Amino acid sequence: MELLSPVAPGWGGTLLVGLLHSIEIAVGATCLGLMIGTAGAFGKLYGGPVTRDLLAVYTTIVRAVPELVLILLLYYAGTDLINQVLTAMGYSRVDISGLAAGIFVLGFVQGAYSTEVIRGAILAIPQGQIEAARAYGMPPGLMLRRITLPAMLPFAIPGLANLWLIATKDTALLAVVGFFELTLATRQAAGVTKAYLLFYLAAGALYLALTLFSNLIIGRVEVWSRRGMPSVKEAR
Amino acid sequence: MSAEATAINMAARASIWLKPHRIVLILIALALVLCAAFFMRWEWLPQYWQMGLMGIWRTLWILAVTCALGFALAVPLGLAQASGPIWFSAPAKAFCTIIRGTPLLLQLWLLYYGLGSVFPQYPWIRESWLWPYLRQAWPYAVVALTFSFAGYEGEVMRGAFAGVPRGQLEAARAFGMSRWKIFRRIWLPQAFYRALPTLTGETVLQLKSTPLVATISVIDIFAVSSKVRQDTYLTYEPLLLLALIYMTITGILVFVFSRIEARIPVKIG
Repeated sequence: MELLSPVAPGWGGTLLVGLLHSIEIAVGATCLGLMIGTAGAFGKLYGGPVTRDLLAVYTTIVRAVPELVLILLLYYAGTDLINQVLTAMGYSRVDISGLAAGIFVLGFVQGAYSTEVIRGAILAIPQGQIEAARAYGMPPGLMLRRITLPAMLPFAIPGLANLWLIATKDTALLAVVGFFELTLATRQAAGVTKAYLLFYLAAGALYLALTLFSNLIIGRVEVWSRRGMPSVKEAR
Repeated sequence: MSAEATAINMAARASIWLKPHRIVLILIALALVLCAAFFMRWEWLPQYWQMGLMGIWRTLWILAVTCALGFALAVPLGLAQASGPIWFSAPAKAFCTIIRGTPLLLQLWLLYYGLGSVFPQYPWIRESWLWPYLRQAWPYAVVALTFSFAGYEGEVMRGAFAGVPRGQLEAARAFGMSRWKIFRRIWLPQAFYRALPTLTGETVLQLKSTPLVATISVIDIFAVSSKVRQDTYLTYEPLLLLALIYMTITGILVFVFSRIEARIPVKIG
């Protein structure tokens, strides 16, 4: 048990630092994914034919290939591409930080899923609300900010919450490319102390606590985003 | 006459699908593929294709076994949560929550490194007939992936069992069917039809989880591509081919499931 203590002889501190890195990556990837997803959803709904086809290719490919393969491909290809561009422009090569690369890779994957979630949510908005906004002569930016985004939120929250939970668990995959997060921290601690079962159970408990805590917050956010809407329970 | 009609029909369908911008996009895609074929290095293919086929076979085998076992486990899990007494439903719910709340990679390593380091400490396990299997990696992979599939699908089956209208079950009871017969003839088939659309998605997700078994030294297609990368120092070619293989398998799975879905009765409940 003293192996888990947070001070020096114990490895608890290492695990907590790993958990912090996992959360950092998950938050960054979700934010990037939301940005890609919002842009992608609008492109799919209102864009020209070429934009639509390209976005369809993006979401189909990302959702059909395993995350692990995409992470390897984007991790190597992304860092390689940036360095080639830099050398071509006459700068010296840089080391891309694992954090930035991890956020970029997972955000790219999350973007494909959230594109579909947000597209579905926008389609679920009653058509009259958008038509009314157009009839008031709102410019597209104002309409997006005042009508479309707030109105689609209650439809999008369950799907986006699911994506957040997937993002927290997908950070574990970055252990395979050597990024220091909770799973890799656990593996190192277990490898040094030979107490494999103890550390993997502890890491599992940390992930589970993160999920359950997120569920609590998500429930609150869902109630908040549905304020003013008729209750679903009474409709049964 | 009818041949002419089908030809016109096909031409009409093609003209809807093949708009000018699509033709340009397809040509660009073809050009990219040809560039990849000519300018990238593929001379390692003849040496490794047999190994690759073995890897694909192993991936498909793991996928089929874990989906079948996982579904068999998901049915009691869903049933216990939908209508079981609390001492059945609480453990089932806890199992699903734990499986869905932790990463599969961690579960896999917990079983392989964690349990794998505990087992040898007990002499009676080392002397039992199971020991030759427990020393290999694939039983741990199969168990972890089965549990994962059962955890996610158990939640789906809970909803599917709960979604079967009460009237159906009451009618079956009024006919004097025994509880087992109600379950076998009425409840399970209707719940299965309800769960079938999500089953496609779950199976594709399961396929996308299979490369994780390569991290505990099971030689699936992902591990083969890693070996090619180590042997030849090529980064992109094996990974691109790997992505193509997974996309092909996904496409085939989705096609097969859509054919199965088209065969079941649409009207349920």
